[in-house]
Amino acid sequence: MEKVRQRIKIGEEFMVPALQDAAEKLDSAEGELIVDFSSVKRVTSAGLAALRALADSAEKKGVKVVLQDVNVEIYKALKLVKLTSRFSFCTPELFPATESRP
Amino acid sequence: MIVSEVAQEQVKIPLTPDGVSAERIAHLEALVSQAGHAAAVFTQYSQEDVDRIVKAMVLAGLEKAQVLAQLAVEETRVGVMEDKVIKNMVATEFAYNYVKDKRSVGVIREFPERNLLEIAEPIGVIFSLAPITNPTSTVLFKCIMAAKTRNAVIFSPHPKAWRCGAEAVRIMYEAAVQHGAPEGVFTCLNAPTLQDNAYLMKHKQVSLIDATGGPGAVKAAYSSGKPALGVGPGNTPVYLEKTADLDTAVVDIIISKTFDNGTICASEQTVVIDDEIYDLTLRKFADLGAHICSEKETELLARTVIDPKSGFMQPMAVGQKATTIAQFIGLSVKPDTKLLIAPIRGVGRDYPLSVEKLFPLLSVYRAKCADEALKVCMDVNHAGGLGHTAVIFSRNDEIIRKFGELINAGRIIVNSPGSIGALGAVYNDLVPTFAFGCGTGGGNSTTDNVNMYHYLNIKRLARRTQNHMWYRVPNQIYFNMHAVENVRQFPSDSTIIVTNPALEQIGHVDIVRRCLSPETRVHVSVIPDAEPEIKVVMEGVEALNFYKADQIIALGGGSVIDAAKIMKLKYESPDADLEELAAPFLDLRKRVIQYPTEKVKRARLVAISTTSGTGSEVTPFAVLTDKVRGRKVTLADYSLSPDIAIVDPQFVMSMPRGLTADTGIDCLTHGLEAAVSSYASPYTDSNAMQAIRLAFKYLPIAFEQPRNEEARCMMHNAACIAAMAFSNASVGVNHALAHAFGARFTVPHGRANALMLPHVIAYNAEVPAKFMPSPFQQGYVAHKKYAMIADLLGLGGHTVEEKVENLIIATEHLLDRLGFPRSIAEMGISKEEFERSLQELAKIAFDDPSWRSNPRMPLMNELIELFRKAYDGRGKERPTLLRHQQIA
Repeated sequence: MEKVRQRIKIGEEFMVPALQDAAEKLDSAEGELIVDFSSVKRVTSAGLAALRALADSAEKKGVKVVLQDVNVEIYKALKLVKLTSRFSFCTPELFPATESRP
Repeated sequence: MIVSEVAQEQVKIPLTPDGVSAERIAHLEALVSQAGHAAAVFTQYSQEDVDRIVKAMVLAGLEKAQVLAQLAVEETRVGVMEDKVIKNMVATEFAYNYVKDKRSVGVIREFPERNLLEIAEPIGVIFSLAPITNPTSTVLFKCIMAAKTRNAVIFSPHPKAWRCGAEAVRIMYEAAVQHGAPEGVFTCLNAPTLQDNAYLMKHKQVSLIDATGGPGAVKAAYSSGKPALGVGPGNTPVYLEKTADLDTAVVDIIISKTFDNGTICASEQTVVIDDEIYDLTLRKFADLGAHICSEKETELLARTVIDPKSGFMQPMAVGQKATTIAQFIGLSVKPDTKLLIAPIRGVGRDYPLSVEKLFPLLSVYRAKCADEALKVCMDVNHAGGLGHTAVIFSRNDEIIRKFGELINAGRIIVNSPGSIGALGAVYNDLVPTFAFGCGTGGGNSTTDNVNMYHYLNIKRLARRTQNHMWYRVPNQIYFNMHAVENVRQFPSDSTIIVTNPALEQIGHVDIVRRCLSPETRVHVSVIPDAEPEIKVVMEGVEALNFYKADQIIALGGGSVIDAAKIMKLKYESPDADLEELAAPFLDLRKRVIQYPTEKVKRARLVAISTTSGTGSEVTPFAVLTDKVRGRKVTLADYSLSPDIAIVDPQFVMSMPRGLTADTGIDCLTHGLEAAVSSYASPYTDSNAMQAIRLAFKYLPIAFEQPRNEEARCMMHNAACIAAMAFSNASVGVNHALAHAFGARFTVPHGRANALMLPHVIAYNAEVPAKFMPSPFQQGYVAHKKYAMIADLLGLGGHTVEEKVENLIIATEHLLDRLGFPRSIAEMGISKEEFERSLQELAKIAFDDPSWRSNPRMPLMNELIELFRKAYDGRGKERPTLLRHQQIA
């Protein structure tokens, strides 16, 4: 049976509520949730906290969260707070056929 | 910045966080997590973002300078409010002035001429202590440095100064966040405890501890296993030297020692005064409001303000006014007394007041002379203030410099106040700081005034540099038949011809003589036909001196020309130490020993070679035998290269066949090794390739038809051209093997080279087990170079591998044609004897400098394997693809 992919695009301005919305969608995600970062240039402290919370709930619910099109600066910030291991990453070209971790 | 006993007592931090409640841990974890997120977010900020934030913080700090000073004095009861305002302003305005135009994000410095970039990497989360003595200024300063460098800080102020510290953090944080800094970038512990500190110092998310505190705190920081910036205790000696401007000195010392009631650890502790000015100095101090203590008062003070057990100052005195200190001993002084001055007669435990006193009590010492003064200053320096700060007032530059050399202090302040001077940027060009690195003397890793650069990981991006290379050969080379006649054009009053007996006998010397002007005095120095000995060389030098020679003509093979090179060296520079000049080196340009450039005499060296192999007429090398010590001395320097080379085939027409073959293969080996050398360049390649072509074509002809002028001429040129290649590109592992084997079994050099040659080509053409670092080459090219040679020789083959194979086969055929033994076994050396020698041979070969330019780094077992191949002569059975192929 094919997985149902939930997809959510977040913007820089309302990143925290958007990530909270994403957390709410985990129940209906059936295994996988794509969070599109293509419009996000920079994350905030609150954004990181929200991502951590999203990772916590996703792990509890057994949902794989894929962050799509995260720029290298954000990737470095996620790396520094040890969040990269808690998500999968993909680039737009590769999505959705293959998902890869940089 | 060390503070006081108060601080020391308070920060004896246990290394285990026992006693931290679960709630407190949760609180600390939240702080760290918040700071961690802020630091991560901060990495995304640009220089412009950071500079905007910093400026806002500085303005906020300046605005609140007085409020914070007031809070600090109220909470700590230490210091002077007005002075603390100045400190807060220095911590903001002066710090800003230092950092404002400096880059701290991305590329921070560029060194285009070195192809280097320095790139900033933030540290992350810094755990920072602030002392009781400068609780707000230290916080302001550190926040500005941290924001400038995109770091987050968790502050733990001194337990008796945490409220004012927290307020300083709040002011900085609000200004920063308002201008876009990440949330949580600065936090401060409320009512911090030693357990909190211990917990945070060991926290895995804390990247650096900036321990501006007492020795206990610094030690805990350094013991935590984290990188730490520490500070050390001070005990500033001051030398008031007799040439000093006394009025300036006295005022400066009062300013400094009374600043914030003496709480800055760089402030003056003991002033050592020259006898001649001692009384006058004390009068001047007294005139300006200092109380000079009597012997009894001094003794009472020593007993009261210094703890007799520990020998350190009493905490209750720290940062108190002079009048308060006087009251401690019931001393009645004028109400406006600024400073107490206590004369002491020595330094150490018997003189309690010779230690650090962070309050306005200054010790003075009368020194009989400069020598005594310097020694007492060193005593004070070593009595608890190593690496910190020292001060000198003098107009005598020599003494100032001497003081600087003798005293171990990160800051040596000249003709200005110690405390404010050490803070930097006010009285001098030191970097402004609130943390004095005290070097290893103070138990720290730096003597710097801690600044923004200490809050950065500085990454160096080093681009590959295009190393300079060289191509150096004699600037005059005359070649072809009768080229020797060119000797006529070089004027000389006195010429010495260095040659060997055989060449004299066959009339070669006469040929040269005929080319010299009748006016030239000529002396012939005949030396044995063997590697020159030191004794022979020195006899030659005597002759040069005796005849006042202005020209040396070396007529002979490698030995004669080498001897002449060394004679010239010792003649022109008699002090040259041959032993020293033979010291090993890896890179010619970086060698430790330099050849002499000053010359007492000058003589032109004309080298006329009589063999077609070594090419010594153009090389910068000379080999000498030291019979007394039983060793060879190899000299290498371009100053040894002859001035003029004459490559005249008339001198080789009668070379015996064996010598023709041996020297000819030496020439070919030079070409092949230079071609694949890691020092090869297009310049040397052009020589190497042509020499190889000429050798393959003309060596067999010269060998088979000794009177063939064209072949002799071309081989003579080939030897010289190959030598120009290896003079600049050097040789390789073939020579290392041949040197070791030739010396052990007394085999001529060319013959030893021949035994190794096919195996070494095959070896270098393989993928190396170990690559040789070779900054001059792009990738591994040895096999391609061999293929290029095969193409030049017209050997055919489609792939690189085929071409290399054909080159090996062509080389083997050449060796066969020249009648060389094709294996060591053929030479009558038993397998057993050879196997017994192998380990030693490999060691000697590995010690030989020749292989250092080989493209492949030879491993010991590979050297052994190469020797074994040479023993068996394997390779001879290769398919004979081109036995009859003509060499192009």
